[in-house]
Amino acid sequence: MKKKKSYDYARFGYIFSIPFVVAWCIFQLYPILYTLVIGFTDLKGIGTKNFHVLWTTPFANFTQILTTPSFQTAFKNTVFIWLMNFVPQIVLALVITAWFTDRRSTIKAQGFFKVIFYLPNIITAATVAILFAQFFQYPKGVINDVLINLGIFKNGAVDMLQKKWVAQGIVIFIQTWMWYGYTAIVMISGVLGISPELFEAAEVDGANQVQTFFRITIPSIKTMLLFTLVTSLIGGLNMFDIPKLFLNGKPDNSTLTTAVFIYNQAFAGSYLYNRAAAASVIMFIVIVVLSAIVFYLLRDKDEVALRKLIRQQEKAYKRKQKGL
Amino acid sequence: MANNSNGLELTVQGKEKKGGSIVLKIIIYIVCIFLALLSVLPFWIMIVNATRSTTQISQIAISFIPSTHGFNNIKILTSKDTFKPLLGFFNSFIIAGGSTILAVYFSSLTAYAQVVYEWKLRNAFFSFIMAIMMLPAQVTMIGFYQMVYQIGMTNNVLMLILPSIAAPSMVFFMRQYLQPALPIEIVHSARIDGAREFFIFNRIVLPIMKPAIATQAIFSFVGSWNNLFTPMVLLTDKKHYTMPIMVSLLKGDIYKTEYGCVYMGLTLTVLPLIIVYIFLSKYIIAGVALGSVKG
Repeated sequence: MKKKKSYDYARFGYIFSIPFVVAWCIFQLYPILYTLVIGFTDLKGIGTKNFHVLWTTPFANFTQILTTPSFQTAFKNTVFIWLMNFVPQIVLALVITAWFTDRRSTIKAQGFFKVIFYLPNIITAATVAILFAQFFQYPKGVINDVLINLGIFKNGAVDMLQKKWVAQGIVIFIQTWMWYGYTAIVMISGVLGISPELFEAAEVDGANQVQTFFRITIPSIKTMLLFTLVTSLIGGLNMFDIPKLFLNGKPDNSTLTTAVFIYNQAFAGSYLYNRAAAASVIMFIVIVVLSAIVFYLLRDKDEVALRKLIRQQEKAYKRKQKGL
Repeated sequence: MANNSNGLELTVQGKEKKGGSIVLKIIIYIVCIFLALLSVLPFWIMIVNATRSTTQISQIAISFIPSTHGFNNIKILTSKDTFKPLLGFFNSFIIAGGSTILAVYFSSLTAYAQVVYEWKLRNAFFSFIMAIMMLPAQVTMIGFYQMVYQIGMTNNVLMLILPSIAAPSMVFFMRQYLQPALPIEIVHSARIDGAREFFIFNRIVLPIMKPAIATQAIFSFVGSWNNLFTPMVLLTDKKHYTMPIMVSLLKGDIYKTEYGCVYMGLTLTVLPLIIVYIFLSKYIIAGVALGSVKG
């Protein structure tokens, strides 16, 4: 009787997981598969509901996308913008972490600084993009005004957003500015989670602050760095709001990212759903492959070895039990 | 003698170190204050310019002192019949509120199933949740849009709310919270008292999860409120436009020369967030830190 009841309880594990599974299948799994299918079809044009699979040239959309110059530019831009914002972001976050967690000198008002550093992250990205576009207005904008008053622009206002590298640089700046605070808070909490005994031992051994930071702090938050790298990579490869609303890819495709490219292919006039789907699938593969590489390269080798050892011993134990 | 000089050297060294750390401290404070200004100034300039008239802004674009043209800017802004802050606020509130409630409730339920019951596929299911956690919405959007379009629901806000039932990263967080926080004896004794499983979850477990629910609710709400991509794809009917879509309308030609208006529009979209942030910043920062430790 009692046994039957405990069996009954296990049933609820499945029952309570049903809503999640159903919603996931409808709103995520089906769209993923459907995107993949559309990539192999001729689905385009507004209001089209019928489409055909391109049996004779199944990869037509994919080759088309991969040879489109604007997609290539978009891909290069996306990787470049992500890298150029990730590196300063992680360096700045680590510097702040080193300062805020130094055991020998305490920085006051840390809580205040954290709140202020995180502020740009909570503001709607769409608003931030348009705000910066306003600041760089030509001929009358905040930045032009400041630079003229400082005597840097001697010949009057400059239409800075027409320059490719300036436009790209601003997108990079906005991304860094929005995310370094988040990364710093994550890192600080990671460092605060390290056992204090480790630091005490380092102090006793006579390590200075720099040594302690590179030899103890960084290795201890390796998993966290890895996690930040992967989430930032995925977010960066899907960058949309800022480049879309700041300049919509202009000037000369210099701020065009792959997400903006996909959106413009499908929803901004041309309605080439099949091409957009093919581009999405390509990005999906890139993301999965890159994440897998990062995880593989930075995996904890000691842990892997330990797990292997445990598995071997378990097997040996089982063999022993079987009397072999 | 030797001893003495040694001691002297030590104190000199100690002093030098202290001097060095004071210089370093000053540098740290200067950098931190600079970064803080960098975070605040753009929004301060925005709010100030929202109260200045377009003529004032075209004379001097940057100012730190508010003016008196705020109401006038709002009047011009809303007279164009494009940017409707109240409608955007209402729509965003419904969508963000609805999806937050669904996300926290069903994530808690899924996490509860993970923690309390012993079922065969439990560990497999958890690995599955970990695997799908980082799946970005952008790469599935074409299929999602086509699916919604074919059933004629593109302008139905439910299509923006219902997907929140499956929020893998929130399930992960809730599970990590619930595992040490829930004494299993409570569940056992409730069962002895004759409570049904569903009742136990709603009346006993949910209250225990309140702190985790609060943090996750804030992030879910803000995330949904700020989301531009999905609403922009799905919503074509102006009466459903959310706040970020309203913001994107400020780029339109009709506001091109109305500087004061644009700043006012931006301010109106940001103000609710800033007010919320002022009150909840403590919990938000703690939540960011917490999510990271668990993640």
